[in-house]
Amino acid sequence: MTADPAGLALHQRTLSELAWGLTKGDFTSRELTELLLGRVAQHESLNAFITVTADVALEQADRADRARTRGVAGPLNGLPIVHKDLFCTKGVLTTCGSNILSHFVSPYDATVVERMAEAGAVMLGKTNMDEFAMGSSNETSFYGPVMNPWDTKLSPGGSSGGSAAAVAARLVPAATGTDTGGSIRQPAALTGTVGLKPTYGRVSRYGMVAFASSLDQAGVITRSAEDAALLLRVIAGIDRRDSTSVDHPVPDYVAGISKPVKGLRIGVVRQHFDEGLDPLCAERVKTSLDALNEAGASLIEIDLPSIGLSVPTYYVVAPAECSSNLSRFDGVRFGHRSADPEDLLDLYCRSRGEGFGAEVKRRIMTGTYVLSAGYYDAYYLKAQKVRQLISQDFKNAFERVDVIAGPTAPTTAFAIGEKTDDPITMYLNDIYTIGANLAGLPGISVPCGFATGLPVGLQLVGPHFAEERILACAHQYQQLTDWHKMAPEDFA
Amino acid sequence: MPLTKLEVQHVAMLARLQLEDRDVDDVVAKLSRIVEFVDQLQAVATDNVLPMAHPLNMSQRLRADDVTEPNQRDFVQQNAPSTKEGYYLVPKVLE
Repeated sequence: MTADPAGLALHQRTLSELAWGLTKGDFTSRELTELLLGRVAQHESLNAFITVTADVALEQADRADRARTRGVAGPLNGLPIVHKDLFCTKGVLTTCGSNILSHFVSPYDATVVERMAEAGAVMLGKTNMDEFAMGSSNETSFYGPVMNPWDTKLSPGGSSGGSAAAVAARLVPAATGTDTGGSIRQPAALTGTVGLKPTYGRVSRYGMVAFASSLDQAGVITRSAEDAALLLRVIAGIDRRDSTSVDHPVPDYVAGISKPVKGLRIGVVRQHFDEGLDPLCAERVKTSLDALNEAGASLIEIDLPSIGLSVPTYYVVAPAECSSNLSRFDGVRFGHRSADPEDLLDLYCRSRGEGFGAEVKRRIMTGTYVLSAGYYDAYYLKAQKVRQLISQDFKNAFERVDVIAGPTAPTTAFAIGEKTDDPITMYLNDIYTIGANLAGLPGISVPCGFATGLPVGLQLVGPHFAEERILACAHQYQQLTDWHKMAPEDFA
Repeated sequence: MPLTKLEVQHVAMLARLQLEDRDVDDVVAKLSRIVEFVDQLQAVATDNVLPMAHPLNMSQRLRADDVTEPNQRDFVQQNAPSTKEGYYLVPKVLE
C-alpha cells in the first residue's frame, strides 16, 4: 500500500493514494467527489467533457461511503473515474463524439463501466473524443477540440483526448479510453500521463461503440503504472457478452508491479529511431532507456523489418471494418434522422451525410472502396497478409527480448489546426503505436521527460497477455523518475 | 492513381452517404491521397503468407441459442426517431 502523501492536495493524488486516505477516514468519497466536480466545472474551457454526471457521481459517492462504513468496500470503492464517451452508460448520453449519436441515451452499461461501478468507482462524467475514435488530435469531435493542459493552443492528441486532458489537468485521477491504433497511448504521451492498452481480448468490448472490431481494445489513462494495474485487475477477464474476450487467467496486476527490471531484456527497435522522430524526443527516450539499463535491464537492438508498413496496412484494415460497423447508423432504430426524406434511400443517405463528420465519411468511403468488387484482393486481402508479416516480426523479436521499448509518438503535442489539411500527416502520428494493435499486443506509454516544456512518452510493448511485465517495467521506471508527478503549471 | 469524381460518387452511394456538391472536390482529393498512400502495399511480397483476420489467430466462441436478455423494446425504442405500436417507421417502400 502506498504511504500517505502528507500535504499533497487531494486532486494531485493517485487512485492508490486516495484509496489509502479513504480507508483511513481522512476524507469521504462525497468530499472528494464534490472537490473534483468543482475542478471539472472550473476548467470547463478545456472542453475535456461531453457530459458531466454530477448526480450519478454524488449518489455513487454516498453509496461508497455507506459501503465503507459497513465494511463491504470493493477494490475501487469511492474512487473517481471518467469514461470516454465511447462506452455505453445506462440512462446517460453516449455520443461517441458524433452528431449522429448526439441524442443517444444508452439502454445498457458497457462491461467496463459495469465492472468499475460494481467495484465501487464513482463516475464523474463522459469525456470528449475524436468522432467514433477516428482521429489523433481530438479535432474531429462534433463537440469541438479538447485543449492540452500543458498549453491550451495545443492538441492533447486523440482519440481519447478528453480522458488524457482530464487526467493531466488533475480534474480526475483516472479515465477509461479505447485504443484502435494508438488512441490511448498517443494522447497519454502528449499530456504526460500513463496510457495502457491491454492485449486484444483482455478486456471486454461489450458496450463499446465499435470502430474496427479486430483492433479495438479498452484500457485506461492514469498518472501512475500502479493505478493502471489497479484498474486493469478490475476490468480484465472473460465476458460472455463479448465472444472475442479471451478466457485467460487474470493475475494480481498490483502485486506484479514490484518485480524489479534486473535481468529484463529490452528490445530497442532500430527503425523507431529513423528520420521522422523529433531529435529532442529521441534524446529523452534514449535517456530513459539508459536509466532502465542502469537499473539492471539489458538493451538489445532489434529489427522489425515490416513495421514501416503498419500505417498503410492499418488504413486498409481499420476503414474496412469501420465501413461495416458504421452501417448500423441508418436513421431508423436510433441516432439522427434527416427531416422529410423522399424515400428510404434518401433517408439513409441524408441521415448519414448529415450525421457523420468529414473524417468519419472519409474512412467509411475508404473502407467501402477497398472492400468493393474488384478491389478486395488488391487491398483488403493484401493488407491482411502484410498484417501477418508485421505480427510475425513481433513474434520473432519476442524470442530474443521480453519487452520492446521506444517512443510513443514522433513529436510532442502539436497545435490545434496544424495537421488537419492532409489526412496522411495526421495518420503518421500513430506510426509507433499501430503495430501493437495489428499484432494484438499490450502496450503502455509512460511520461519520460520534457522537450521544450512538453511531455514525451516512452512506450513499452510486450507479448500477448504480458501486461504484468510491461506494468512492472513502467512502475519500476516511475520509482527511478518523477516525470509522472509533474503537473501543468495552471493545474497544479 | 487518383480517383475520379465518378468513382467517388459511386463509393458514396455504396456507403449510403450523401455528398454535398461543395464537398466533392475535397473528398476526391483526400481519398485519392489515402488510396495512393495505401498503394505502397502492392509492392510487398506476400506469396504463401496467410491473411490474418484475428490478432490472436483465434476462432470465436459460440453459445447456445437461448434467450438471455429481458425484452426492453419500449425502453430501447425511446432512442428511435419514429415508432408506432412497437414498429420502426420508415418512408413507404411499396406503393
